[in-house]
Amino acid sequence: MALSGMRGLSVFISDVRNCQNKEQERLRVDKELANIRTKFKHEKGLTPYEKKKYVWKMLYIYMLGYDVDFGHMETVALISAPKYAEKQVGNVGGKEFSESLAPDVQKLLISSSCRPLVRKKAALCLLRLYRKNADVVNVEGWSDRMAQLLDERDIGVLTAVMSLLVSLVANNPDGYWNCVSKCVKIIERLTRSQDIPQEYTYYGIPSPWLQVKTMRVLQYFPSIEDPNIRKSLFEVLQRILMGTDVVKNVNKNNASHAVLFEALSLENMTRMLLVADVQESIKRHQAQIITSLKDPDISIRRRSLDLLYGMCDVTNAKDIVEELLQYLTTADFAIREELALKAAILAEKFAPDLSWYVDVILQLIEKAGDFVSDDIWYRVVQFVTNNEDLQAYAAATARDYLDKPAVHETMVKVAGYLLGEYSHLLARRPGCSPREIFPIIHDKFPNVATSTKALLLSAYIKILMHSQPGDPELQKQVLSVFKKYETYLDAEVQQRAIEYFVLSQKGPSMVDIMAEMPKFPERQSALLKKAEDTDGDAAELSATKLRLQQQTSNAVVVVNQHSANGTSHPAPLSSVSSGTRNIDRGFLEQSQVGPQHNDVPVKAAGMVQSLTADLLGDLLAPLAIEAAPASVAATPTTAILPLEEPPVGPADPLALAVLDGNSSSVQPVGSTSDWFNALCKKDSGVLYEDPFIQIGIKGEWRGPQGRVVIFLGNKHTVALTSVRAIVLPPSHLRMQLPPVPELIPPRAQVQCPLDVLSLHASREVPVLDFSYNNSAVTVGSKLRLPVVMSKFLQPAPISSADFVAIWRSLAGPPNKLQEVVRGVNPMLISEMTELFNMFHICVSPGLDPNPNNIVAATTFFSESGATLCLVRVETDPADRTQLRLTVASTDASTTFELKEYIKEQLVDISSITANPATLGFTGPAAALAGLL
Amino acid sequence: MIHFVLLFSRQGKVRLTKWYSPYSQKERTKAIRELSGGILPRGPKLCNFVDWRGLKVVYKRYASLYFCMCIDSEDNELECLEIIHHYVQILDRYFGNVCELDLIFNFHKAYFILDEVLIAGELQESSKKSVARVIAAQDSMVDAAKEQMASLSNIIAQATR
Repeated sequence: MALSGMRGLSVFISDVRNCQNKEQERLRVDKELANIRTKFKHEKGLTPYEKKKYVWKMLYIYMLGYDVDFGHMETVALISAPKYAEKQVGNVGGKEFSESLAPDVQKLLISSSCRPLVRKKAALCLLRLYRKNADVVNVEGWSDRMAQLLDERDIGVLTAVMSLLVSLVANNPDGYWNCVSKCVKIIERLTRSQDIPQEYTYYGIPSPWLQVKTMRVLQYFPSIEDPNIRKSLFEVLQRILMGTDVVKNVNKNNASHAVLFEALSLENMTRMLLVADVQESIKRHQAQIITSLKDPDISIRRRSLDLLYGMCDVTNAKDIVEELLQYLTTADFAIREELALKAAILAEKFAPDLSWYVDVILQLIEKAGDFVSDDIWYRVVQFVTNNEDLQAYAAATARDYLDKPAVHETMVKVAGYLLGEYSHLLARRPGCSPREIFPIIHDKFPNVATSTKALLLSAYIKILMHSQPGDPELQKQVLSVFKKYETYLDAEVQQRAIEYFVLSQKGPSMVDIMAEMPKFPERQSALLKKAEDTDGDAAELSATKLRLQQQTSNAVVVVNQHSANGTSHPAPLSSVSSGTRNIDRGFLEQSQVGPQHNDVPVKAAGMVQSLTADLLGDLLAPLAIEAAPASVAATPTTAILPLEEPPVGPADPLALAVLDGNSSSVQPVGSTSDWFNALCKKDSGVLYEDPFIQIGIKGEWRGPQGRVVIFLGNKHTVALTSVRAIVLPPSHLRMQLPPVPELIPPRAQVQCPLDVLSLHASREVPVLDFSYNNSAVTVGSKLRLPVVMSKFLQPAPISSADFVAIWRSLAGPPNKLQEVVRGVNPMLISEMTELFNMFHICVSPGLDPNPNNIVAATTFFSESGATLCLVRVETDPADRTQLRLTVASTDASTTFELKEYIKEQLVDISSITANPATLGFTGPAAALAGLL
Repeated sequence: MIHFVLLFSRQGKVRLTKWYSPYSQKERTKAIRELSGGILPRGPKLCNFVDWRGLKVVYKRYASLYFCMCIDSEDNELECLEIIHHYVQILDRYFGNVCELDLIFNFHKAYFILDEVLIAGELQESSKKSVARVIAAQDSMVDAAKEQMASLSNIIAQATR
């Protein structure tokens, strides 16, 4: 069958194949191309054979990946050649098909006189044209013609027509209703093997491709009204579902399962309409699907998980969920989280009774605690809280789980929460008295994370308060725990320990505070929302999860305001007047926040507070106190709390306003310039804060070197994505910020260390260019970093004699510079002294005999060494808006920069920047005008 | 629909390409490079379906040749896998125990056959016999033309002698 006679081509191909390397091949190809080019150009009378040969060669060269930029005309000429042999070559090589063919093609397709070979090509040609231009089938009555075409007996033509129909229907399902009954007939004919020529069976299956395509078409028509058609379709489906078995032959297997899957998806769609006995037939495969959960190929495991999830309903939920639970222990890690989530959702959706649901989730936590996201156990808590019948059962079950030797942390959380809330319901049962329950929980206390510890502390106080009549022994134990953690490292735990300790001293009047949590408002399960998304694509789990977290937390933020501020919660402090009631709620719920922050109504204020506290609690302890929630401080109960800082009022309401408004423009909750100025004078504090992110700074300075740690704290319950932070250093600083992680998880903090080296003196400051996305908008800002000159200064205490000696030695410019500064922010000498000291410029009191003058010395560090700088300020007590400033050092540029720096600090910058329009006149010039 | 068909050897040499969707030459080389690089290292026990740029690539290895077809992500991949097998069966029947060399030296035949199996990225004919008939008819037409040519040139040669 070789290319008989075409020796030139064979030789060429052999030559190319024999080439040792790419270079040789290229040479050979170029030679051939040149040859062909001259042949085409010169010899008018190429024989058809030669033409053919050269086109073949060009085609081969083209296939090898070389560019062939000529010869198209010859190819087209071949298409129109009279003899078939040439035409055939042209058809392969020719690229261009005229679009005006459409009507002709249609005619060919419809005409019954044509050969099947031509008609099927016409059908697919029309499909090709249709994809390019949908108007080609815009013919009156085309759908009727399609229906006629479906009467075709020839399977080949039918396959081609069906391909065309799939495309047509996909774009316009309504237009082809008349084809449905025909399609059902076809599929019926195929499944019953009626009138199917032997050559159209594939491993004994009547054209699986046509079956698949036909069912594809039918999938666009989920509701079939005609009961007869529907019946026959269901018969067909049932036949497919029942008849498909796993066989040895791979190809047969593939083909039959291709059909089966198509049938399943069709079946899934029709199920909505008719919950018939087909349901039963799909369940026949349940066992097999469960087996394929253990298939070695992960994609198959995923698929079968999806399928199980999809086919689950009230009747088989119990089996499937239990199967999933069992599988969970052996499943591999990649699939576990999804598995856990799906099991949780199914359990909730189809729970035959509520206690079963609780059982399942607790089992889930036990078996795969690491993979149970917080959402899952929040949901249990919500569920139990809202169903009184369930509470005692849940508490008892949780208690049993705690008895087991190794308990997962999530289990400790759930159990702690449930027992804290509801253990008093069990008090009568053996082994369940508060005094017995407490040690069971406390047993786990040393080994859990701080967030869990905080939660457990809440549980203890609740257990204690619910034990009626009071149990002095229990009280002693609990109080000793609180006492012990009063000095705990973590602020949250410490605060709770202290507060609970004091609260518990208040005796029975506190019972109301520690009452059970109120019921949650009904709302869609966050898990189900998750499910809606995971349904789509299991492979993209992480992306989906991200999206989901956004959804749930949006819900939280929006809902809060109404649900919790609303009517009645009977838990005011007895000693508190009603006016402060809401605030108390905020405080209390803050303490409870552990189990709730994601899915439970918490008053918005409480929420923001707790976020602030959590965020800053660990690393920026001083800040945490500073930012300590205002409302806590405002309550009467704070008398007993060790919070000494005055309330920082305005920040919180502002933060709330932005959160609630769901505003797209995110504004900082304070003035960035204020923060910057404050940071110039101290080493740690807030650089920037908005409702979503808080950026803190902590700096350590040693000579010319510094290390600034930038804390990026996500205050939000949604991960911040696309986080970007770039430092734009000025020329006098060398600094390098390592890449910031792109994502900050909810309520997490990221630290970015930044090393700084001072090269020489300058007043320029680096700029931090940062941006993030909070799932709604991208927020970005450019912030000045407080790496100012004073950070590289160190106070230099100096004796009077030294000062005078050096001062004299530096006679005049450029090493000693003097300037009369006007428009100075009026301040007392003592204030100015303090300011200087803050900038590490050491004032030597008494060195200058005139009390209105200040003399100071400091050392400036840079890469090249230390420079001693002397400063003298002469003020006029009559006019504090002007002064004379003299700076001297051994380095001219340092002198100049330091002088300018001090000047900037003394001149009231805020008054200048306040009226940028008159900037030119508010400076020294304006001051001068004022003097005159 | 099938967006393209690729055949490459275990060494990554391309043996046949057929594009049913518009791809520029650059995109084509890129696709070939990515896919041969992605598929060749895959072990024999791994899945025959690979996700690729929002599409699915169904591949199957026959001896030293990899047959790949790229389909839409919602298409039925098992169906496509059997299209590959169907095509291979037809090649096998035509060449008689087909091997890579057959496809190298008779690549045009492979194209002819593919054109009878697929058009516009859809299966055109699911009957092996039917395809074989068409190809045989084509071959006989080519042979007839050749004979005619030969006899014609004979006549001319004799006449001009």
